[in-house]
Order: sequence, then C-alpha cells, then structure tokens
Amino acid sequence: MSEPMSTEDAATEPVPDLFAPRTPVDDRWFDDDAGPVVRLFSMTGGRARPADDGLFDLISLVTAVAGAEQEATEHPLAPEHHAILALCRDEPLSVAELGSYTDLPVSVVRVLLGDLNDARLVDVTRPVQLAQLPDERLLRDVINGLRAL
Amino acid sequence: MASAHSETSALTGTDAPTGTEPARQGPWGNAALKILVAGGFGVGKTTLVGAVSEIRPLRTEEQLSELGRPVDDTHGVEAKRTTTVAMDFGRIDLRPGLALYLFGTPGQDRFWFVWDELARGSLGAVVLADTRRLADCFPSVDFFERRGIPFVVAVNCFEGTEVHAPQDVRAALDLDPQVPVLLCDARSREDGKELLIRLVEHAADRVRAARG
Repeated sequence: MSEPMSTEDAATEPVPDLFAPRTPVDDRWFDDDAGPVVRLFSMTGGRARPADDGLFDLISLVTAVAGAEQEATEHPLAPEHHAILALCRDEPLSVAELGSYTDLPVSVVRVLLGDLNDARLVDVTRPVQLAQLPDERLLRDVINGLRAL
Repeated sequence: MASAHSETSALTGTDAPTGTEPARQGPWGNAALKILVAGGFGVGKTTLVGAVSEIRPLRTEEQLSELGRPVDDTHGVEAKRTTTVAMDFGRIDLRPGLALYLFGTPGQDRFWFVWDELARGSLGAVVLADTRRLADCFPSVDFFERRGIPFVVAVNCFEGTEVHAPQDVRAALDLDPQVPVLLCDARSREDGKELLIRLVEHAADRVRAARG
C-alpha cells in the first residue's frame, strides 16, 4: 500500500503561487512567514492532534523499539516518520529535540509520533510528574548531578 | 491506548503523587525533568541555556491556534490566528537515565498560554534580570509566584553596568525573603550550574517546610 502523503501527491498539488516565494527547508518560520501551513497539515493527513494528546509532552522521551526501522517498512509511513525513528534509535530523545532535529513544529511531530506509537515502533516515557511536593530524593539526585557537571 | 508497550511512567504513573511507589528501572527510570529560564527580551536567557547545556541550544517551534486559549492580553493578536512560537532549549544529562531540560520561555505577554504548558510539571524557574530594565522581569516573577512554582532571581551582570546588591534587587522586586537572589554572568557555565543548584535547593527547602 502506498503512502497517501507521498511525494507523488505533493508533486500534483498546484504550486501555491499565492504564497510565493517558497521558503527553503532550513528557513525558520515565524508568524506570517509561516506561509503555507497547508503543507504541514497534509503531512499529518489533516490531523491536528495525536490520538492520545497527553502522551507527548515536550519532554516525553521517545525511543525507537529494537528493529523499528526494519519493521517500519511494513507500515505506510512518510519520510518524516522514518527520520524520527532514525533519530531516536540509539538514545531516547525528547519530543522537543525531535522537533528541533527534524525542523518540524512540535504539533506535527506529536501527530507523527502518534502514528509510530500506534504501530508499536516507539516507546514513550512521560516526564516525571512533579506533585505539589516533589520527592526530596529526586531533588537530591538532581543537585548531585548538577554538582558533578 | 492501554497496552503496556506504549507508555512507561517514569515514576509512579501519570497522576499519582510522587515518592510512594518504587521506580521501575533504576532509581528514577528513564526520566526527564525541566527547568524554565524566564525574563525580559534580550536579558540572556538563551545564553544561559547554552552555557550550562551539553548540547548547543536547540530551537523548537510550536504552532498554536490562539482561538479559545486563555490569553491574558490579546492586544495585537487577532482572533483565530495560528501563531508560531519559538522556544530555545538545552539538555543536561545529570546521569544515565536522568535528563534535565532547560527551556527559555518565549516572549512575555503574547504567549502566556505557552508558559502555562511549559510550566506544568516543571521543577522550577530561573528568572533572569537586568538591573537596567528591572521591570522587564516583573511579569515573570508574578507568573511563578501566582502558580507557586519555585524560582530564583538571577541578576545578569552585563559588562559596564553598575552592580547592585542582591538585597536591593530583592527590595525592588518585592520578593519573599526565601526567594534566592544571585548575581551571575549568564555566559558562565559555573554560574549557570550554581544558579540551578540554588534553585533545586530552594525547591527542596520548600518541600521540607511544607512537610513540617
């Protein structure tokens, strides 16, 4: 089954002259310069949020499961999905880091991660939940870690 | 999705109070914490993040529809607009399995809803102040005070500026006596480390005080 958001589809889209000039990939998008937002929505199939919205905090840690990149070929995934899997293959990366390294807005990364999670290709660890009174052992652990830097 | 593969809580489950259940892997498992770096525009937030981080500061972007968001001040922001908010952040590996993320908060006023998301679950905040523009950090101080988030005020001693005593800054900001006020050079890794240590110690003091 071919990917509905493939480059082939993108190529048949009318060139959005209204939004010209097109920005290079490495451009940062700020405010009005964000321009053709449609392209990001097409990357996520129009979805604005992953199924489990609370799972992907900015500092939730994502790790590709063993063999994820081989397994991924059995799923209809976009190049961006594969890029994420490659990034978090060797070490856990936060959602924020994945956004930065893929140069995609976090909202888009969250949707893509939702797909990878549904396909069981990633493990996700939510951040430590700090209650009103954080555990003193954890705070001590942090202080010791900082001192050792 | 309830299957075990999809999610492992770093500590005790998503909503449970901390410290009552054994951790699953190592003392805290694979865990991430965050500290915010706040303050007025150009006060050195990203400089500080970069000075103490082990990676070069990264930038991530969040696209937000401001419709229906609780925004304190919507001046200059049209309804139903999608806005891109950029956040600079860095990472410190405290030890294997325990990562600390530092987030520079995006510009004040327009982006309070982003602050709310960033502040949720944070360990605390460093409010950077420039004595030439001390009022710039009032909104940050106010934000963390209102939400009961532990913070320290760090006066970034820019070259060529008159050095003010911490007690003067404390008085000018009308801070609680417990809130640490420190002088720093935001470019200095050692100063940055010290700020973070004082912040976490301050957070620990508050926990002890609250427990009696």
